[in-house]
Amino acid sequence: MRVVLAEDLFLLRDGLVRLLEAHDFEIAAAVESGPELTRALAELEPDVAVVDVRLPPTHTDEGLQCALTARRARPGLPVLVLSQHVEQLYARELLADGTGGVGYLLKDRVFDAAQFVDAVHRVAAGGTAMDPQVIQQLLTRRAAADQPLGRLTPRELEVLELMAQGRSNAAIAGQLVVTERAIAKHTSNIFAKLDLEVSDDDNRRVLAVLAYLDQGR
Amino acid sequence: MSIETQHSGGGTWARTSGLAAVRGFGLALVALPGAVLCLVLSLVSIALIPIGVGIVTTPWVLTGVRAFADWRRVVAAEWGGVRIASAYRPLPANANPWGRTFGMLGDPATWRDLRWLPVDMTAGFLTALLPAVLLLYPVEGLALAAGLWRAFPDGYWYAFVPVTGQASAFGAGALALVLLLLFRLLPAPVLRAHFRLTRALLTPSQGELAERVRVLTETRQDAVDTSAAELRRIERDLHDGAQARLVAMGMDLGTIELLLDKDPQKAKELLAQARKSSVDALAELRDLVRGIHPPVLAERGLGDAVRALALRLPLPAEVTVELPGRADAPVESAAYFAVSEVLTNAVKHADAQRLWIDLHHKDGTLRISVTDDGKGGAVIGAGSGLAGVERRLGTFDGVLAVSSPAGGPTMVTMEIPCALS
Repeated sequence: MRVVLAEDLFLLRDGLVRLLEAHDFEIAAAVESGPELTRALAELEPDVAVVDVRLPPTHTDEGLQCALTARRARPGLPVLVLSQHVEQLYARELLADGTGGVGYLLKDRVFDAAQFVDAVHRVAAGGTAMDPQVIQQLLTRRAAADQPLGRLTPRELEVLELMAQGRSNAAIAGQLVVTERAIAKHTSNIFAKLDLEVSDDDNRRVLAVLAYLDQGR
Repeated sequence: MSIETQHSGGGTWARTSGLAAVRGFGLALVALPGAVLCLVLSLVSIALIPIGVGIVTTPWVLTGVRAFADWRRVVAAEWGGVRIASAYRPLPANANPWGRTFGMLGDPATWRDLRWLPVDMTAGFLTALLPAVLLLYPVEGLALAAGLWRAFPDGYWYAFVPVTGQASAFGAGALALVLLLLFRLLPAPVLRAHFRLTRALLTPSQGELAERVRVLTETRQDAVDTSAAELRRIERDLHDGAQARLVAMGMDLGTIELLLDKDPQKAKELLAQARKSSVDALAELRDLVRGIHPPVLAERGLGDAVRALALRLPLPAEVTVELPGRADAPVESAAYFAVSEVLTNAVKHADAQRLWIDLHHKDGTLRISVTDDGKGGAVIGAGSGLAGVERRLGTFDGVLAVSSPAGGPTMVTMEIPCALS
């Protein structure tokens, strides 16, 4: 699987290259600025891009903007955005086009190599990987302001959270150490309680969750 | 709300000049008796101070003069687009008549008002009346031509035209038309000249500049104190937080090195702990950065930073942003933290269900309003977060206004003069 990597700090770029190569990714290009990233994405047609939000020359949200532009040119281009901080605002922008294949994670998440690599694979396959911190913010916010989430049991809230991060039923079952059947039951309960259509597609599940969380704004 | 002179097309000059004439005429009618009354009452009242009566009456009279002057300031701004600063010294809230009288007499603004009154009743009156005259005189000429000349059987001079019969009356009418064409654009500028005259006499001078310097010194002191306290907080947070965690992590790694062969199980546990330490250190650094200069503010500017802030609130908030550019970083930062503080207040104390945040930039001023549907009763006072916000904005000559009747809603408005780039 070919990866284009954009990160301006040498140490981190080097570390990410080694980490990804150790997990059998092929690094098509490792760049350090916005214009280079744009060029690499257009010319190399990678399977997935791993992009730092803040890149030179502007040192603002250049990485995110490049990724969004590239996705407009090539819809569904899988992009995993890494950042020192996570903001719902950026998460919404990434998810906005609804085509999936996006991820938005704190840089800290690379500490857990297995989970990070899993996230890259998920994004490359058209799924999503949202940082737990984004989901947590959304959930506390809605729990305080809205009734429907209050109807969920603590276990169902737990499942909803993992689901919103972009995990499949199998992965959730693994993490919570229960059977996949149990998770399937929980998810259908959640959809029923939240009046959402049931869907087996991971990506559509996140969008559904986010769409629900957007209601009442 | 200034007089509209920008419109093109037929008829607009007539409206503009006519409006100026009517406004000037009304102004002249009120200004003359008003100024005479104010001046006479003030002089009499001040003259009566030695026998004691003046002590009681002077504060009342001078307050009236101020109201009159302030009304003219408002009129100048609304009709002429001429802004005149008002800078009366605040009086102690519960001063006795003696203190009030001499407090007001000690204010240079009082004497400026009194100097302005005689000018206003003469030059001010004439400049206010002139726009009407400039329009009425041609009208008089046209009226003569239309037959008014018959009312003056002994002859009548219209400017340099002696009107004795219909023929010369037509001459007067023709002159009136020429005058009308010549003067058609004059009334509005003349009225504006009246306002400029008012401004020349009522604008604060040296004394007020000294006052301004005092305010600036005070706000600068506040700014220096605040930033010093902020630096101390950052240093303490780094020292007790991230730095300590990194040290602990280093020690853990050292121990792990030793344990690696002897007790791999224990080494594994310590590794997990070291990793957790590094995650915590990063989280602390992140919070610290957010407290100094929030990342979204740096990356996207004020509008999106406030949007991101609203997304983190536990209640629904509607954000409207109309900013055609970005303000200077310090202004953006002050505005951001001011909004953040006001929102925190609303969430904590107001018992609100919903929030509305509006940001826009107009006439060189950044205006931010935060409204909630809570229970109201917020005040700017000692110990309240709003006093801190006011100080923060004061550094940039910004102001804070709070409207919060008991029972709600609360509306906090902030204004910071600044340019966008």
